[in-house]
Amino acid sequence: MNQQDALFEYLLRLGDNALILGHRLSEWCGHSPALEEDLALSNVALDLIGQTQLWLNLASEVEGKGRDADKLAYLRDGRDFRNVLLVEQPNGDFAVTMARQFYFDAWHYLLLRELAGSKHPRIAEIAAKGLKEVTYHLERSRDWVLRLGDGTEESHRRMQTAIDDLWMYTGELFESDEIDQAMAGEGLGPDLATLHEPWLGLVRATAEEATLSLPEPGWAQKGGKRGIHSEHLGYILADLQFLQRAYPNATW
Amino acid sequence: MIDSLTRPDPDQIRTWLEDVSDPEVPAVSVMDLGIVRDVQWRGDELVVAITPTYSGCPATSVIAFEIEAALRARGIDCLRIERRLSPPWTTDWITQEGRQRLQAYGIAPPAENAGRPSPFDRFLRKDLVIACPRCKSENTDRVSEFGSTPCKAQYRCRDCLEPFDYFKCI
Repeated sequence: MNQQDALFEYLLRLGDNALILGHRLSEWCGHSPALEEDLALSNVALDLIGQTQLWLNLASEVEGKGRDADKLAYLRDGRDFRNVLLVEQPNGDFAVTMARQFYFDAWHYLLLRELAGSKHPRIAEIAAKGLKEVTYHLERSRDWVLRLGDGTEESHRRMQTAIDDLWMYTGELFESDEIDQAMAGEGLGPDLATLHEPWLGLVRATAEEATLSLPEPGWAQKGGKRGIHSEHLGYILADLQFLQRAYPNATW
Repeated sequence: MIDSLTRPDPDQIRTWLEDVSDPEVPAVSVMDLGIVRDVQWRGDELVVAITPTYSGCPATSVIAFEIEAALRARGIDCLRIERRLSPPWTTDWITQEGRQRLQAYGIAPPAENAGRPSPFDRFLRKDLVIACPRCKSENTDRVSEFGSTPCKAQYRCRDCLEPFDYFKCI
């Protein structure tokens, strides 16, 4: 794989993580437990979709085949998506959504902080922009893990279940393959393994304060970054891509 | 037709842009918000650089359109709106006039010089005191860090009981 292809793949990963999680969160719109939460989830979704546009537009320029951000989002099949498995997991109850968000936000925050120092100026500027937004996302999802974990018996039970069930999807966040290594070698992105300790520190401290216990490190479910997804992605794409598939090139 | 002798200088153009309102917070102009980063002639073409407040802010494309419409109405035909991401927008760029207009409109302006959080500092800044824009009481509660637009948070005044928006720091 040459440098340009590796960079394209890398940008797809960044864009697809934001796209799929943004879409998942948008599914809450109109269904949240309270108006404030409905607004907050939609706002976080909007930030992520905005970041998606920036990443996928850059991916499009790098690829140079005339597929813009919309084409990349709406016209790729599941096997061509490069998001991690964590973000495609179903919303479940509110505790599952917030646990998924907290695991992701803590990683996303650390990742963007590193990418803001990328040698690629376009990557650095998108990351610096997104970092400000993600700081608020992290503050909020962390707050919900605390409130539900250290809340009622029922909320504690639900948050503990969510923390346990999603744990096996966190290993993929820190796994480097030849694309990550190529980017790290060029100074374009961090060595993902170096994010693990600070992530674990934040997650551990939060779990402790929330009276939750973290699972032991164990087997990790992986594959999303290489296009091997859970069955959930297909349903997301059926919803996300329906309009452009049924009515090609339809515009607003 | 504008030529190099009659074309308005960038300072003049900036004053014209003070009449272009933010579509979501019409009390303030695009100049008040610090969204316009640069105004310059490149040859016969006027280039206006704008920056989004948030990555996904839907107002950004409306703002670009309104700036273009306002300048065309002033007779500038050859112009281009350039989107600039770096350095990322911060609430510290909102002008003093802009802050006063937000306040008068019922939106608490952002705390000053708090727009550049260092890692995890946000978690320590929860005691930030935000005064009610109506009765000026500092006895207020944060209801949610996210409000009706990405740039605002929701607060409530415990004295006059009014809910209000706070233009949050970024």
